[in-house]
Amino acid sequence: MNRRTTLAGHTYEFPALSDLLAKATPARSGDVLAGVAAESEAQRVAAQLVLADVPLATFLDEQVVGYDEDDVTRLILDGHDPAAFAPVSALTVGEFRDWLLARAAEGDEAAISGLARGLTPEMVAATSKLMRTADLVAVGRRTRVVTGLRSTLGLPGRLASRLQPNHPTDDAIGVTASILDGLLHGCGDAVIGINPATDSPTRTVALLELVDAVISRYEIPTQSCVLAHVTTTLRALEAGAPVDLVFQSVSGTQAGNRGFGVTLDLLAEARAGALELGRGTVGEHVTYFETGQGSALSADAHRGVDGRAVDQQTLECRAYGVARAFDPLLVNTVVGFIGPEYLYDGKQVIRAGLEDHVCGKLLGLPMGVDVCYTNHTDVDGDDTDTLVLLLGAAGCGFVIAVPGSDDVMLHYQSLSFQDVLTARQVLGLRPAPEFETWLGRMELLDDAGRVRDLAPDTPAAKALLAAALP
Amino acid sequence: MTHPEGRSRDFGPPDDPWAVLRGSTRARVALGRAGDGLPTARWLEFRAAHAAARDAVHTALDGDLVRTALTAAGVPLDVLEVRSRAPDRGTYLQRPDLGRQPAEGTELPAGRYDLALVLADGLSPRAVHEHAAGTVAAVLERLPGWSVAPIVLAHQARVALGDPVGQALGAAVVVVAVGERPGLSSADSLGLYLTSGPRPGRADSERNCISNVRPPHGLAYVQAADTLAALLQAARRLGASGVVLKDEGAALPPGGG
Repeated sequence: MNRRTTLAGHTYEFPALSDLLAKATPARSGDVLAGVAAESEAQRVAAQLVLADVPLATFLDEQVVGYDEDDVTRLILDGHDPAAFAPVSALTVGEFRDWLLARAAEGDEAAISGLARGLTPEMVAATSKLMRTADLVAVGRRTRVVTGLRSTLGLPGRLASRLQPNHPTDDAIGVTASILDGLLHGCGDAVIGINPATDSPTRTVALLELVDAVISRYEIPTQSCVLAHVTTTLRALEAGAPVDLVFQSVSGTQAGNRGFGVTLDLLAEARAGALELGRGTVGEHVTYFETGQGSALSADAHRGVDGRAVDQQTLECRAYGVARAFDPLLVNTVVGFIGPEYLYDGKQVIRAGLEDHVCGKLLGLPMGVDVCYTNHTDVDGDDTDTLVLLLGAAGCGFVIAVPGSDDVMLHYQSLSFQDVLTARQVLGLRPAPEFETWLGRMELLDDAGRVRDLAPDTPAAKALLAAALP
Repeated sequence: MTHPEGRSRDFGPPDDPWAVLRGSTRARVALGRAGDGLPTARWLEFRAAHAAARDAVHTALDGDLVRTALTAAGVPLDVLEVRSRAPDRGTYLQRPDLGRQPAEGTELPAGRYDLALVLADGLSPRAVHEHAAGTVAAVLERLPGWSVAPIVLAHQARVALGDPVGQALGAAVVVVAVGERPGLSSADSLGLYLTSGPRPGRADSERNCISNVRPPHGLAYVQAADTLAALLQAARRLGASGVVLKDEGAALPPGGG
């Protein structure tokens, strides 16, 4: 196929589809590390010009990762829904961007959201590469994905949060203190989700029982999750533990998932186990996935057709192709966690967070974002403020929050509970409806519906503390 | 509840019920609010911790400082310096592959040694400044009769740089003491990576790691050295390191992840 263009007297040619996608990608360190990034700004724009003219249907016929070699590609193509694709099947990538912006401006959520099963990760990735920040926000805002288990997530005007009460030794009192702190700040409506310090089944069951006890005692309309490996969660299910959600990190290639020690069959088995428990009240979504640009490259699992490296954002979208096969309650990208060799600074992290959010939602996923950074990345609180406010404007389903922004187990910084309150206040967003009602019942809201800054001697605060801590 | 690193923050008046929450975890709970945001004092505390971590990443490894500290600790070995192929910090952070290879033209004197020690800046040169000499002295004390190569100070270096360096020196085992990625409350943590039969291409599964050497809050030098010496003896006996050593039951410190 002739994929070339001339720009300012220089002819640029892109021999493979994966090469075209990579060269068209806005700058990020991971693509440089993989050796696939554009070598000049002009080459990047040339690739975007060529990509804009590629028909969307091309991605059904031409693969970046081979069908025969990779079960993620098979999952994506075998699950493609031609009827859902029909409204945009004649469009090019560039025309599809225009179509999305027009529907977003009209507020036609049904038209955009109805495409999900007709779109492939590669189509969505390609289109996002032609979008700027405001496009990513505008389209994200009008792409609706609603899920539920014991709280309803993704409704318009809502911003939920995962309360992440991690502790370096999984200490029960330490974890409980962080849970209480989060609840008192109106956080935890998406999930109370702990990253365990070790992957031991015994520890996982103990943590599941701990969070389940808190949720039951206060009758909180939310769900718990211990983010252990799926095989550990299977063991917990066998042991009869109160498993609300099956968690797993997933990748966009079969090799990447092998690196995580998971297969599609394992995920299906665990999901079936959790569904059988019937723990939902408002829905039946029982899986939770995390992803992040660069995870395939870091596992040396980033190659596709003819051994060519695939850019990290396209691979990230393919991970969403895995997640959506298991009807998740929650999916989030851990956007600033993986390090500066994949996303170098605030500009790259902000861009990636917005891309991941809109691409996941276009593919039908209930997307959240862990707005976060490590200390060797050139990112700080100003950047995370920018990203969370943009995500709030983009209709992001949930964000992750830890006490004081400091995850004392994983040693990185995510949002604080206060950051969630600020984003809700600035943008006029509210918690998940069931959770908001619960906050009111617990006397944690003022007359205006804002989470109260509780004086320590208020009855509500005293009651919570007395019941939780010995 | 005890928590090894304590907390430097004000716990508030003793009748403050939030103190129960604060005292039960190192997590930054019950910080209070200014409107919906953090109160100024809490915000600036966080800024200070982040600044320390950022500065730890971007401080340059000071060879003279480390030499002086080694001499003061009574380490009798010569000290050589090498650089990786990453010419500066920005490149180092974005190109881990370059940090694993010696700069072009790097020459090291070949010998036959039981052990080579590489002090690598990694993500926290400050950890090397503060803890490398004490660690090396404690390790050498526990290895009487071992022939040890000149110490190599490595700039813009990742752990795997120890593979070509150890091979060039002719060492049976290499130990890389490397500055670990700073956390908000731990900007000076040193990690020790042991690799038997160093040569380029060794996998991470062929290494053993002792993490968080950082007295007084983390592992003490003597504890780290005891564990490392036991691992070194086992590696010498087996002619291998990594997963196979762990299977041998060599004790690893608690909480070293």
